[in-house]
Amino acid sequence: MQSTLPLAGLLDRRGLIFLGVLASAALLMPVLALLIPANSAFAIPPYLVALFGKYLCYALLAVALDLVWGYCGILSLGHGAFFALGGYAMGMYLMRQIGTRGVYANPVLPDFMVFLNMKELPITWWGFQSFPYAMLMVLLVPGVLAFCFGWLAFRSRVTGVYLSIITQAMTYALLLAFFRNDMGFGGNNGLTDFKDILGFNIQSPATRVALFCASAVALGAGYLISRAVVTSKFGKVVIAIRDGESRTRFLGYRVETYKLFVFTLSAMMAGVAGALYVPQVGIINPGEFAPTNSIEAVIWVAVGGRGTLVGAALGAIIVNWGKTFFTGALPEYWLFALGALFVLVTLFMPKGVIGTLDQLKARRATAKATAERNAAQAGE
Amino acid sequence: MMTMDQPSVTTSLLYLDGVSVTFDGYKALRGLSLTLAPGEMRAIIGPNGAGKTTMMDVITGKTRPDEGDVLFAGAHDLTKLDEATIAELGIGRKFQKPTVFECHTVDDNVLLALKAPRSAFATLFGKPAPGMRQRIDQILEITRLKDHRFRMAADLSHGQKQWLEIGMLLAQDPKLLLVDEPVAGMTDAETAQTAELLREIAIDHSVVVVEHDMTFVRDLGVKVTVLHEGSVLAEGPLDVVSADPRVIEVYLGR
Repeated sequence: MQSTLPLAGLLDRRGLIFLGVLASAALLMPVLALLIPANSAFAIPPYLVALFGKYLCYALLAVALDLVWGYCGILSLGHGAFFALGGYAMGMYLMRQIGTRGVYANPVLPDFMVFLNMKELPITWWGFQSFPYAMLMVLLVPGVLAFCFGWLAFRSRVTGVYLSIITQAMTYALLLAFFRNDMGFGGNNGLTDFKDILGFNIQSPATRVALFCASAVALGAGYLISRAVVTSKFGKVVIAIRDGESRTRFLGYRVETYKLFVFTLSAMMAGVAGALYVPQVGIINPGEFAPTNSIEAVIWVAVGGRGTLVGAALGAIIVNWGKTFFTGALPEYWLFALGALFVLVTLFMPKGVIGTLDQLKARRATAKATAERNAAQAGE
Repeated sequence: MMTMDQPSVTTSLLYLDGVSVTFDGYKALRGLSLTLAPGEMRAIIGPNGAGKTTMMDVITGKTRPDEGDVLFAGAHDLTKLDEATIAELGIGRKFQKPTVFECHTVDDNVLLALKAPRSAFATLFGKPAPGMRQRIDQILEITRLKDHRFRMAADLSHGQKQWLEIGMLLAQDPKLLLVDEPVAGMTDAETAQTAELLREIAIDHSVVVVEHDMTFVRDLGVKVTVLHEGSVLAEGPLDVVSADPRVIEVYLGR
């Protein structure tokens, strides 16, 4: 029976397991990485802490993408742009924290600006010395871009492949723009040499563990927000839009408003993912806007299982773990492996890892029911 | 057959006057004029390409006419409004192919159609209205889908999908229902049941039914409008219309 309580159905068993695993990871990480001796078999070295933290950021990006693609049918091939913008906002805060410790020891201007003979801080950089302001920008910049882009695209009813292509164009345009030195965002070198975040040394193991935990919390929160959206009546409308856009319109729903909301929310979540990613990898450059990054994110979601949220997060972690392994062991074959993975998943697991698990479970349930019926008939 | 006294703009629920639509030089509608009185049920027949579906598209805001007036309840110019606004004014539509939301349960399909605030804010934060469940139960009862309520709409039979879509129309509680070929692909028994259902609905709604099936139109027992090449060829009771030599020539052809 369907309940009318607004929050009932927010967490299913799978969601509880997912959040449970995330919470245990966030609780165990400080113990394994900081408290137990480094030579213990269970100790996690700092580089792995950052690597796992990076996976969690990718997982949050995947959840954000699944919200628009899996539930609303908007195949965004430009979500990497929102991720990178969030990353740049965080990077700008980290740059301003360097202060006089830079090579040129300029208290206000980051090194690259001194190098480019800039005399004063560009207006775009104002306020980024403040952490709350920078965090606001992490949400606002991707959010406003997504809102403007979506407002134009959805109102003109651009859908399907055409929408996917213009999202690619968007991220590519940003890539070119951020490559330019006179944009004032560090050109092709991007932003790096970060020293500390909120006064803590960004390289220290404790900070890394804190960033990992923050990523786990952000992923959990992103999951819960997405889940609240998709299990509400709003979510039912969004799924209806995915399956029959014009039908939904004839029912009186203003499809563009719904799409705009989901797209903007998703972009903001991608921005948060990018902001947590940058201090853990220590650099942000225009390469993050590369169209291939956005396409890779789509593959993560497809591998994990589109329209399941948990699957998207799982897919991001599986594929990136594979990427870490492959680029270490057989670097030249990674792209082939990724391509093969996408083809194989599309052919044999069209619903991704989670979807395939569900199918297996359903099949087993049917087999069991049949067996029971047969047994009952035999007993009669 | 155009001698019947025409209701005026203000008293008719739906008023189409001189509506023309051209697609790439093809005239789908040429000067179509039609009025529907409040509470009336009308059957529209006509050969393929007569402009029946285009007419539905114009009324629901999917297609903008090149010329002509389309007024709803004497006050709303439908040529200026979009689909969502027209739906909110109270015009519901059932498509030729059953279009239900396949990934939703039967229950949720009706829930989405149910008359309620349509804004994103209302669906995200709003509380379900009291009496909503009873209304859904009632609709599932009428459309005989109560035992299927938790099945995915994709798993329903063709006839059940048609009925679900009619149920969704009922849930919307529109002032005017546009029903495009409701019995296409149905068995004879289902067709008869559907005619009965539509007659029930017509008691307190205005309905326009587009249909090919003559038996079905006869079962409905309402005034018939014959479209041909984008305009009205004849109008009146089915017996009178089907005796008209022009209608026999272009449509009945028997």
